[in-house]
Amino acid sequence: MSWLLALPIVLPFLTAVPAFLLRDRGAARWISLGGCVLLLAASAALMAAVWREGVVAAQMGDWPAPFGITLVADLLSAVMVVITAITGLAVAAYALADIDTRREALGYHALFQILLAGVCGAFLTGDIFNLYVWFEVMLIASFGLLVLGGDKAQLDGGIKYVTLNLVSTALFLAGIGLLYGMTGTLNMADLHLAVREVENTGLLTVVAVMFIVAFGVKAAVFPLFFWLPASYHTPPVAVSAVFAGLLTKVGVYALIRTFTLIFTHDTGYTHGLLLAIAGLTMVTGVLGAAAQNEFRKILSFHIVSQIGYMVLGLALYTPLALVGAVFYLVHHIIVKANLFLVSGLSNRLTGSFDLARIGGLYKSSPLLAILFLVPAFSLAGFPPLSGFWAKYLLVKASLDIEAYLIAATALVVGILTVFSMTKIWAEAFWKPHPGGAAPALATIAPADRAALLAPVAALAGLTVVIGLYPEPFVGFAERAAGQLLDPTRYVAAVLGRTP
Amino acid sequence: METVLALLVGVLVAAAVYLMLARNVLRFLFGLVLLGNAANLTIFIAGRLTPELPPLVPEGLAAPAGQVANALPQALVLTAIVIGFGLLAFTLVLVYRGYQTLGTLDSDAMRVAEPADTTDGTP
Repeated sequence: MSWLLALPIVLPFLTAVPAFLLRDRGAARWISLGGCVLLLAASAALMAAVWREGVVAAQMGDWPAPFGITLVADLLSAVMVVITAITGLAVAAYALADIDTRREALGYHALFQILLAGVCGAFLTGDIFNLYVWFEVMLIASFGLLVLGGDKAQLDGGIKYVTLNLVSTALFLAGIGLLYGMTGTLNMADLHLAVREVENTGLLTVVAVMFIVAFGVKAAVFPLFFWLPASYHTPPVAVSAVFAGLLTKVGVYALIRTFTLIFTHDTGYTHGLLLAIAGLTMVTGVLGAAAQNEFRKILSFHIVSQIGYMVLGLALYTPLALVGAVFYLVHHIIVKANLFLVSGLSNRLTGSFDLARIGGLYKSSPLLAILFLVPAFSLAGFPPLSGFWAKYLLVKASLDIEAYLIAATALVVGILTVFSMTKIWAEAFWKPHPGGAAPALATIAPADRAALLAPVAALAGLTVVIGLYPEPFVGFAERAAGQLLDPTRYVAAVLGRTP
Repeated sequence: METVLALLVGVLVAAAVYLMLARNVLRFLFGLVLLGNAANLTIFIAGRLTPELPPLVPEGLAAPAGQVANALPQALVLTAIVIGFGLLAFTLVLVYRGYQTLGTLDSDAMRVAEPADTTDGTP
């Protein structure tokens, strides 16, 4: 079983090698695409195994847990790996037409694959120090991708992104050290048992807050999100789409993992804190977006706002809320990556991301208009798209425990999201192009057009499918949330014995 | 000894925060180095200090005899130092390149990605 767990990490690394060696020929992009297809197949196989067996674990190098490094996949990890592969494939296809030869020669495809490996590693590891290592793998690849090409704006955004993420890394590391000092173990399943023995729970809460801050920076929650809107709109779309889809969600995943498995000793305080963070994140994100006038900046602020919903699901810490959080994670990655890809197409057709300088897309490319409306309405939570169910679950969960304030916040933020999406719609699609141009999709060369449109259409299709047939997905999220709330199976699978 | 090292960590973090509050990105970077070292020392102390007890396994035995020092935190610190060094090297080059391209190290003056006024649509 161990190869199933290792494959999603090993495959992208193996793909990165030829992609790097052949970086100045056209072959690298096809190698990258092929690697993503294989990754999708491997992740599907992993998902099948996890669905069958509940939790799958493997000890690397046959060192018995909790001493060696454990790779472990429960349903949440497995679905995150699958969604990583889907996003990776979509972006790799989009990159065929989006990344210029200069950036290819600098090694875009190799870095992209290493990023995917880091993300998959973070989802699959069962060891908290190993999680730190995967974070670093992911970070260094993202640093490279962000500044690749060295445009002025990229370097400017890159410095802010890099420095603030490094601060969070140092905090995470110190938190790991203190946690180890208290419990004497790094294995997350073992930590689940070991933290119960800790007498000084106050100290444990301090460490928990350190983790909230460290993961909070990565997840871009209030008030730690400033690096995100400063940098995500600067690199090429094929970079920012994968960032937007995956990177912050690794932070959310880490929060969900640690605050369901390890830090559950004082949920009144830690999850209460998370609840306040969630509400403020939703509101500041959406208000920030309302003030922007640049396609990708609006979307960046909406990432922040949407992160609030996921943290909300974790913070409420009821079965239904966690179902909502898991469902939201999956829905959001697809929708957000797709919106960034659409913004790239719009830029390609109209020549700018600045909403004041573009327009006329509805008249000249109605297909693109529809492909924008699907993820945009889904993001805002319109039925029958995926976002509606995600928001519905979370609002229902808040109402069930009579948290009316946060339920109202979630609904109002949804309305404000519609406002932002309408703004993009009115500016980019509805009003005539200020330059008088009528940018049609037919102006793009056929091969490029296929590469750019296919991933957008596929992701939009996925959004519609989740929206129209939510039941299997909600059922899946229910099972995943059940595993999170009762980690007995997880612990037993990792340690090989029932606690 | 733990107390002294704990105090040292405190001093390092204080100096790091002071440096990181500066607008100059280079000073921020120096602060980051200190913060990284503080985190490494934290891990080191968290593994308990047991001097003069090397974790060696005597010949013929499968496990070390008696009390020995904990080798794991040192392995962790070593990993963290290597990773931190790599990241620092990258960041230094990035800041230098940023200085060349943007012509400034003042983070307040770095407004290319976020122009001061975007509401009227002119970047």
